[in-house]
Amino acid sequence: MGLRFLRPYLLAIWPVVVLALVLAMVLLWFGEAPGGRQRIITAALVNLVAVTGIYIFIGNSGVTSFGHVGFMAVGAYSAAWLTIPPAMKASLLPGLPAWLVATELAPGLAVPLAGLAAAAVALIFGLPLMRLSGITASIGTFAMLSILHSVFANWTPVTGGQGSLYGMPRYTDMQVATLWALVAMVVAALYQASPAGIRLRASREDMVAARAAGVNVPRERLIAFVLSAFFVGVAGALFAYLSMVVVANQFYLQLTFLTIAMLVIGGMRSLTGAFVGVAFVSILAEILRQTERGVDIGIISFSGRPGLQEVGLATAMLLALIFRPQGLTGGREIRLPQLRMPKRKSRKERTP
Amino acid sequence: MILLQTVMDALNVGGLYAMMALGIGLIFGIMRLINFAHGELVMAGGYVIWLMGAYPEMLVIVGSLMAVIVLTLSVERAAFRPLRGSDPAVLLVASFAVSYFLQNLAVLFFGARPVAFTFLPDLARSIDLGGVRVPILQLFSMGLTVAALGGLVLMLKFTEIGIQLRAVAEDVVTARLSGINVNRVIAVAFVISAALAWVVSLVYSAQLGQLSPSMGVRPVVIAFVATILGGLGSLTGAALGGFAVGALTVLLDVLLPTELRVFREAFLFALVLAILLLRPQGLIRVRALQGRV
Repeated sequence: MGLRFLRPYLLAIWPVVVLALVLAMVLLWFGEAPGGRQRIITAALVNLVAVTGIYIFIGNSGVTSFGHVGFMAVGAYSAAWLTIPPAMKASLLPGLPAWLVATELAPGLAVPLAGLAAAAVALIFGLPLMRLSGITASIGTFAMLSILHSVFANWTPVTGGQGSLYGMPRYTDMQVATLWALVAMVVAALYQASPAGIRLRASREDMVAARAAGVNVPRERLIAFVLSAFFVGVAGALFAYLSMVVVANQFYLQLTFLTIAMLVIGGMRSLTGAFVGVAFVSILAEILRQTERGVDIGIISFSGRPGLQEVGLATAMLLALIFRPQGLTGGREIRLPQLRMPKRKSRKERTP
Repeated sequence: MILLQTVMDALNVGGLYAMMALGIGLIFGIMRLINFAHGELVMAGGYVIWLMGAYPEMLVIVGSLMAVIVLTLSVERAAFRPLRGSDPAVLLVASFAVSYFLQNLAVLFFGARPVAFTFLPDLARSIDLGGVRVPILQLFSMGLTVAALGGLVLMLKFTEIGIQLRAVAEDVVTARLSGINVNRVIAVAFVISAALAWVVSLVYSAQLGQLSPSMGVRPVVIAFVATILGGLGSLTGAALGGFAVGALTVLLDVLLPTELRVFREAFLFALVLAILLLRPQGLIRVRALQGRV
């Protein structure tokens, strides 16, 4: 019975167990699917890593960040710097320091390092940024995104500038992406059940009350910001190893919109919401992509019209904002009522 | 002469940003909405002018202005009105969605590739003005800027609807209690911001010489910087912020060494961060002119 302190963590991990089962079913279903379909699922899983990462910050702090895609860029470029063969790197990126040019790591090692690089950048930006609140904080994160994008898109000797950076091996497959998605969800679940996570959620619900109870809001936010940047950076690296090319413009407004849309549609305030959002948007995007190829609806024929997918996505997001502002999940997690009800009573008896 | 030319450039660019910033600042002051979709109004205006290219110029001007206003009002009705009173961050996300929607609607209708913009080709010519060769476009846009800004100030100061606008921006509940029709005032604010966006689309499209679905993003992002520089919620601040950012971009172009010039945007946004941290109420606060609008 000395393990009682673990109980909240076990309860917290429960939604992840359920979601992992759902994932396992999807993987079993599509494990034998043709390459194209597998690739789509892998991309969705990479998005799941990114959105779970973003959720760790936005969901727990209540601060809408528009800057996390910048961390994806950091992760993707770090992965490129660490794995492109030295000979290629020397000619492609003459501005890199010598030690980095000489480094050639296995992708499996480069992915967590890319996450750490993103976390380090988050620490630097977060120190001042986390002091801001509300809309100013959102604008601040947007400014951060613009700074990162401008640097990556224009620092040609180090990043290749506006062009495409080739030379990375194909590493991300369905298994790798699933593994990281599970790690991200477990860490997110454990974090939000931890004392630090609860302090941050308290500040989200009522800033003044949390402060009065002794919560150091900027500090708690910074913890979540750095942790979330780690997984977003990992997602960036996985993204790079999936497409085998890094382009600065991939990590700007479009991807920011996509990830935020996933989070908003699913429900910003629960991990389950992040998962549901990624699933919903991925399926919707796929349906729209199929439609984009050409469908006749009566007299109107959208034959091969690009843009339809995005218009549909934006519409879905607006509808969610207006009619279901808490998202599809309503901000709730999956719970087992039988597990919770009797034990809560016993806790009440124990506390004097 | 180079100095004079630089000043002219700064004023010109600044005027454009000032109008953008005013369009955004006006809506923010009234309903705490940072309208990211403002740039898409500029884009839409450009495309309507392009579509109506075959008609007489007066008709094009009136028609495109009307089109932008109708578009703005429908966006307000469909997307922003149901969300009125929501958290500013939610409103920002919504306007982000509207912007994405309109951009891709343009892709759907006109394709992603830029099209040439040739309305009023005379604007591209230059005239000699006391030794300086000034493009007519520059004079034209400056004239339009001055007229638009002047008209806005006069309206806000002296007309009934202008006073109502400032009242709503100050306090919605009290304004409503005093018998102001808030819906109407907000609609008027959107119409004004649409008109400002239309002026920008006329000038900006002519400067670019082409239209593309994503053309509105850059000016709107820069106008963000301007509104924050001037102080969110202050119209005077937005206008001054616009000119300041215009001057700043021109200055950065002149002063920065070549290898750093490409990072202009990074410097601008570093400035935004600095302002948010050190002086969140904005850099310029002119006491005498300071309205909450």
